[in-house]
Amino acid sequence: MRTITRRSRSLGALAAVAALTTGLLAGCADDSGGSSGGSSSDTGGGKGKTTITLGLFGTQGFKEAGLYAEYEKLNPNIKIAENVVERNENYYPALVNHLTTNSGLQDVQAVEVGNIAEVVQTQASKLVDLSKVSGVSKSNWLDWKWQQATTQDGQTIGLGTDIGPMAICYRKDLFQQAGLPTDRDKVGQLWAGDWNKLVAAGETYKKKAPSGTTFMDSPGGLLNAIISSDQEKFYDSSGKVVYKTNPAIKSAFDLTAKAASEGLVGAQTQFQPAWDTTIANSKFAAVACPPWMLGYLKGKSKPDAAGKWDVAAAPKSGNWGGTFLAVPKSGKHVTEAEKLVTWLTAPAQQAKLFSVQGSFPSAPGAYNLPLVTGAKNSMTGDTPIGTVFAEAAKAIPTQVIGPKDQIIQQGLTDNGVILVTKGKSAAEAWTTATKTIDNNLEK
Amino acid sequence: MATRHDTAAPPTEEGGAAPGRPPAAVPDEKEQRRRNRLSRRWQRDIRWSPYAFVSPFFLLFLAFGLFPLIYTGWASLHTVELTAPTDMQWAGLRNYTRIFDDDFFWNAAKNTLTIGIISTVPQLLMAMGLAHILNYKLRGSIFYRVMMLAPYATSIASASLVFVLLFGRDYGMINWALHAIGFDKIDWQNDKWPSQIAVSTIVIWRWTGYNALIYLAAMQAIPQDLYESAALDGANRWQQFFHVTLPSLRPTILFTVVVSTIGASQVFGEPLLFDANKGASGGAEHQFQTLGLYLYEQGWVNQHLGRASAIAWTMFLILIVIGIVNYVISRRLRASS
Repeated sequence: MRTITRRSRSLGALAAVAALTTGLLAGCADDSGGSSGGSSSDTGGGKGKTTITLGLFGTQGFKEAGLYAEYEKLNPNIKIAENVVERNENYYPALVNHLTTNSGLQDVQAVEVGNIAEVVQTQASKLVDLSKVSGVSKSNWLDWKWQQATTQDGQTIGLGTDIGPMAICYRKDLFQQAGLPTDRDKVGQLWAGDWNKLVAAGETYKKKAPSGTTFMDSPGGLLNAIISSDQEKFYDSSGKVVYKTNPAIKSAFDLTAKAASEGLVGAQTQFQPAWDTTIANSKFAAVACPPWMLGYLKGKSKPDAAGKWDVAAAPKSGNWGGTFLAVPKSGKHVTEAEKLVTWLTAPAQQAKLFSVQGSFPSAPGAYNLPLVTGAKNSMTGDTPIGTVFAEAAKAIPTQVIGPKDQIIQQGLTDNGVILVTKGKSAAEAWTTATKTIDNNLEK
Repeated sequence: MATRHDTAAPPTEEGGAAPGRPPAAVPDEKEQRRRNRLSRRWQRDIRWSPYAFVSPFFLLFLAFGLFPLIYTGWASLHTVELTAPTDMQWAGLRNYTRIFDDDFFWNAAKNTLTIGIISTVPQLLMAMGLAHILNYKLRGSIFYRVMMLAPYATSIASASLVFVLLFGRDYGMINWALHAIGFDKIDWQNDKWPSQIAVSTIVIWRWTGYNALIYLAAMQAIPQDLYESAALDGANRWQQFFHVTLPSLRPTILFTVVVSTIGASQVFGEPLLFDANKGASGGAEHQFQTLGLYLYEQGWVNQHLGRASAIAWTMFLILIVIGIVNYVISRRLRASS
């Protein structure tokens, strides 16, 4: 009896080990097989349908705007599946990882504007040159948007979906109480052409400000707005890091620090729960505002804030946000993916995306479509936001963007101007910010 | 015997292992061979089966433990970026030498130490007190024990998010309560000590019950007669605690100290989520950036894999030193008792 049990036990253990080992090996084999572009899954669903997968971050809104359904209707043999990661901070490192190892990639991958320069410079060989795809015409896009995703030797690795032309959204009721004009043209003229005038308007606001409110929402928001309107910010056109010596950056930093030290901006960091609460409680009168920000304000505001907002032109036009769709060469359905991104980024679809999601088209051809010209937002009442933002979009400069823009800007904001709100001097904040950034940039 | 006969393999399947085997063996001799064979098999079984049993762990350890460890060591000698992990440039010990004058590293090390102290010490003291109370006869003691373990079962992410709301500067409940009793608001995220205390609070909240249960288990193993004789000698509850309970718990206390120290040196999730927007930088002035966060920031935010690997190895070496110190102290203590 004893031998039997012992033997069968040891056999069992061996079997378990063998199963585990082969399982591991099989796992590896599966992985490499899949990533080398296997031809097996062309029959997804068993009806001969091709499933195209999209890797996205945040809410891109293609699905919400019904674009997948429409495309599937137009192409009965196609099925579209999206795979969404909530935050770009989590999405992007994984994307880079997948690109460098050429495995685990979806058929289409979204790239945020803050990362596009790095992808263009380091990953272009892994991505399809979309400028050569039929139906893609450079003239469909704003020139600077097209350039952002194009390499030195003319390979375009991503098609723009949306952009973030920045204006200033302001509360008409608070502006009126503080004695500032409320008409959007007059408000725009108040600070036209000069960010200093905007801060000066903030000083006027403060004199008669409704209690507990600040002129703008946060130092980070103001700094971002100023920096985004400069042609050259952190890198020069030869690709050198110049953020410390670029006078535009230093003056933007100092102006923001001045506004912060005078209490013209709130002490919050954007997109934090506490900042959301300031929106809900109507604690600030103005915010640098691309179209998608209206959606955010709507989501965080109490119902009684509806219709109290309006949109005026920023002192100088800048861009905040925007996404590109790229097609990895190692995807399983490259041709189908090319067709899909071409369709998704065409002006008509971009206009639909704007009307549902507030993502502003990067294709000027969409600006005259009724979906854009007739667009309204419940936060801003009657304001024709489509035309207001289209004006801003046309004035955006072609900006030099670099691979580490995000790290630099985050340093200037989170380790810089925010410190002024807690009593540090502008000089101290600048030192902390630059020290952090330099350490983060050093390889 | 019958079963054994059944399971023994028929001679034809033995192969050529026994040349010149007599076709009709004497039953005694046959029995002897069979026994020998079984005994050999048995010995092999006894010798090799344990290895088979432990091999899954070691195979997994090789694949997911040792290989990454060595590869990280190799990467730490190179300049290598996350954007091109195969493109390595030899850097020698530069990644290590620069740690010496890397203010951010030493700031993180200091924070790890202070957060470790202000989280571990109160945590273990509270755990001891709780265990002592639970050791009395209580109605519904199982309920309390389960409740103690509940924080440990909660995910760090959700717990931290709740604490972030509690510790908010302008709209947090703690500041609201402080304000209500006449204190000033505290900027829990941006000031150095408040932020470290807040992070420690999350750690304490999560691990106190866990340690209390360990203490409780050890307390229940203490023979009751010790307490009885102490009581006969006139010792009150406190004296019993100090002179009977604590000395008996010494090995358990050492164990929890070692485990908590290791845990404290790797604190990561709580500070990462405490200021979700600044993420791995641990606050605007890095006031609660721990070594774990700094490592993550270098590797995954700044994409410097070489530097991150060197930090990882330095942390590993520091942990080994802590381990040795713990070992020495515990030996001393054991010898003295």
